[in-house]
Amino acid sequence: MSGLWDLFIYSALVQNMPLTLFLGLCTFLALSKKTESALGLGIAITGVMGVTVPLNQLLYTYVLAPGAWAWAGMPELDLSYLDLIAFIGVIAATVQLLEMLLDRFFPAIYAAFGVFLPLLTVQCAILAGSLFMVERSYTLAESAVYGLGGGAGFALAVTMLSAVRSRLSYADLPAGLRGLGITFILAGLMSLGFSSFAQMAASQ
Amino acid sequence: MAEHFNFWSTLTEPLVRQNPVTLQILGLCSALAVTTSLPTALTMAAALTTVVTLSAGLISVIRKHIPDTIRLIVQIVIIASLVIVIDQILQAYLPDISRSLSVFVALITTNCLVMGRTEAFSRHNPPLPAMVDAFGNGLGYSLVLIVIGAVRELFGKGELMGHTVLPLVENGGWYTPLSLMLLAPSAFFLLGMLVWAIRTVLPEQAEALDTVPPPRGEPAE
Repeated sequence: MSGLWDLFIYSALVQNMPLTLFLGLCTFLALSKKTESALGLGIAITGVMGVTVPLNQLLYTYVLAPGAWAWAGMPELDLSYLDLIAFIGVIAATVQLLEMLLDRFFPAIYAAFGVFLPLLTVQCAILAGSLFMVERSYTLAESAVYGLGGGAGFALAVTMLSAVRSRLSYADLPAGLRGLGITFILAGLMSLGFSSFAQMAASQ
Repeated sequence: MAEHFNFWSTLTEPLVRQNPVTLQILGLCSALAVTTSLPTALTMAAALTTVVTLSAGLISVIRKHIPDTIRLIVQIVIIASLVIVIDQILQAYLPDISRSLSVFVALITTNCLVMGRTEAFSRHNPPLPAMVDAFGNGLGYSLVLIVIGAVRELFGKGELMGHTVLPLVENGGWYTPLSLMLLAPSAFFLLGMLVWAIRTVLPEQAEALDTVPPPRGEPAE
């Protein structure tokens, strides 16, 4: 059990998706102007990653992995080069399904962050979650925790960045630094802060 | 567009003036992650330019046959297939670099730069302009990657392309490597500085104050 908790902390803080791995930066920067939208995006990403990483783990283990078809008399069949297309398909389908479910049963939540859902199909962080799952060969439980942890880390980072940015909107910055430039420097400072968590992992 | 198509300006506009990374915030994820050294940055730049050019050409060729409702899925499948081909080629011929790029080659699939070009330009234009536009954007992306990769490798390790430029203290030289350059924060700082520099030279790119309505929306993913 403590192994799973460690993995959660590791994926949320030590290997923070946007700040240490640079994943999902496009949405991270584009949607961090307002705290409400940042929080909605964070929740949507956590939900989608928590579902797609374990689903892709099942898909990879039982369909794509080398030797997965041994029971059917094809032990040498290796479909792992198809993982990219399969994962993208699963993510797109999950996003679509989640959107329909939310629209039908939780219209209030759908109105709050339904607009971000279609964007998530092409979100690097979500696809990367599944790809890292394959590279590090996580089990089903581990991949669920990894997906939730990665999403939670993203939500934390994007909410924090949006809070700082909303304070900065009245600051007197040089014209060239306004907007994108200062956001990069802020993200760099936050990334410096998050790199101190790396020591936490090393001391374990 | 077809008769007014200006080959040269379509190719050169995205290099600095309409740079996809520094102005349109597209394709950032990979731009920062792979720039710890120049060789990986160059490989990534070449891979992305190939994918974006070929996918723009393919999508432009079949643009009249793609139903509007499923166009995103069609685009993703085309891009993902091209990325798989590139990934396999890299694994076969450049195994070391392929290993250090890890999942980032595969992540070209979800690179907003590729989707952005196919969605915004190739869908409405004939193959040749679409490919030139995509190639120009690929070059603009490569330029940013090469600049950041060169700075990080030069100051982080004292080398360029693996050749010693600044002799290190531990090898009897005078340069103490700045190990911060190899860590994540420096990539953010460098890109921020690059954006600042470009917008100082080209003031029309500077963003308006948030308290007044901005003249144009920033493109999201």
